[in-house]
Amino acid sequence: MATAIAIAMSRDLFASVMLTGIYSLLSACFFVVMDAVDVAFTEASVGAGISTILMLSTLTLTGQYETPSRQNTKLGFVVVTITGFLLMYGTGDMPMFGDPLAPVHQHLAPHFIHQSLGETGMPNIVTSVLASYRGFDTFGETVVIFTAGIGVLALLGLGGSPLESSPPLAAMRQHKILRVVSKVLIPPILIFALYVQFHGDYGPGGGFQAGVIFAAAIILYAMLFGLGTARQVINQTFIQVLSAVGVLLYGSVGLVSLLNGKNFLDYSALAEDALHGQHYGILLVELGVGITVTAVMVTIFFTFAGRVQTAQGGRA
Amino acid sequence: MSFLAQYNYWVVILLMMIGFFIVISHGNLVKKLIGLSIFQTSVFILYISMGKVRGGTAPILDEAYDVYSNPLPHVLILTAIVVGIATTAVGLSLVVRIKEAYGTIEESEIQRKDDEAC
Repeated sequence: MATAIAIAMSRDLFASVMLTGIYSLLSACFFVVMDAVDVAFTEASVGAGISTILMLSTLTLTGQYETPSRQNTKLGFVVVTITGFLLMYGTGDMPMFGDPLAPVHQHLAPHFIHQSLGETGMPNIVTSVLASYRGFDTFGETVVIFTAGIGVLALLGLGGSPLESSPPLAAMRQHKILRVVSKVLIPPILIFALYVQFHGDYGPGGGFQAGVIFAAAIILYAMLFGLGTARQVINQTFIQVLSAVGVLLYGSVGLVSLLNGKNFLDYSALAEDALHGQHYGILLVELGVGITVTAVMVTIFFTFAGRVQTAQGGRA
Repeated sequence: MSFLAQYNYWVVILLMMIGFFIVISHGNLVKKLIGLSIFQTSVFILYISMGKVRGGTAPILDEAYDVYSNPLPHVLILTAIVVGIATTAVGLSLVVRIKEAYGTIEESEIQRKDDEAC
């Protein structure tokens, strides 16, 4: 929380972005304490990894300092204080922290906790709720991510010719230690991402986390060896097609069960016995999510980095 | 006693208000986005802290435990985080475009240039 105040105070945008990274990591720790291991996983990889990189590449494009003049500081402070007090007053009626009798825990949660093992065969309740009970919702969210990827592409374009090797980013090549350490680290990161992807049924993990970790490995590679090299390894068009393939895979799993006479995304239609069907369904759906998330994150990074490169090339 | 038992909401509200304050009082668009993401995190914390059950453990079934935290908020927030970063990316790319069109990302200067153009 002190980090958040520091973010508010600091005028140096670079510092506040770095503080945001720390803040994310701290909230990930907080989520672990709150038993939300899956969430902590996501927050650590997204907040402390990808979002920091995106913010930093925006800063290279837009400049590091904000102007000292601030409008509405006093008015803002008054509004914030009043809203804060009203909200605090409202918390008086909220259930106590950790109270097992709170309304949140009364309706759906007991069903998930007691029945999900029998209905889906997954020990990790979060995965089974995510991919099976709330499959439709997750499908919608995957589409949102896909749309965001398209939005970024539409706004920023591809930028720069992908064939050039990149002198600005290649500055990292001079750091021998960074290069060697990352070379050693990238393969384990990729394997870990696969583990997270396919072990999500039994431990914390799943498509979203795995996608982000996978993307982080590719982004690390791109930062070290230059954007051009990374684009040669992973073709831009290929990755864009992949992001659509993920969504399609998810949707077609739903369609298959529809064609078999069950409801959309009812996985019990996928195999003879319902438990196996659930297994296949969740596996495929998580794979679709993973593919889309990876592809969209990499696309977004490539687009931003391409912009940075064109901007710096223009200046030089 | 009831005061201290609800400290999770206090933390959430404080964070939320810090984020809100940044959004209101800073003219810089990147800073506003940072403020928004702090606001967002405060909502995440609200959900997750409501899902906590005293003495519970992470919602991965195992014979050794029988009290689990509520898995539903976890699912909601997990997807919200990833969707959040995707939308933040769209916001950031808008900022980049604004910078290219106006040469600045300070709200007041953008307003001034717009007024001049009229």
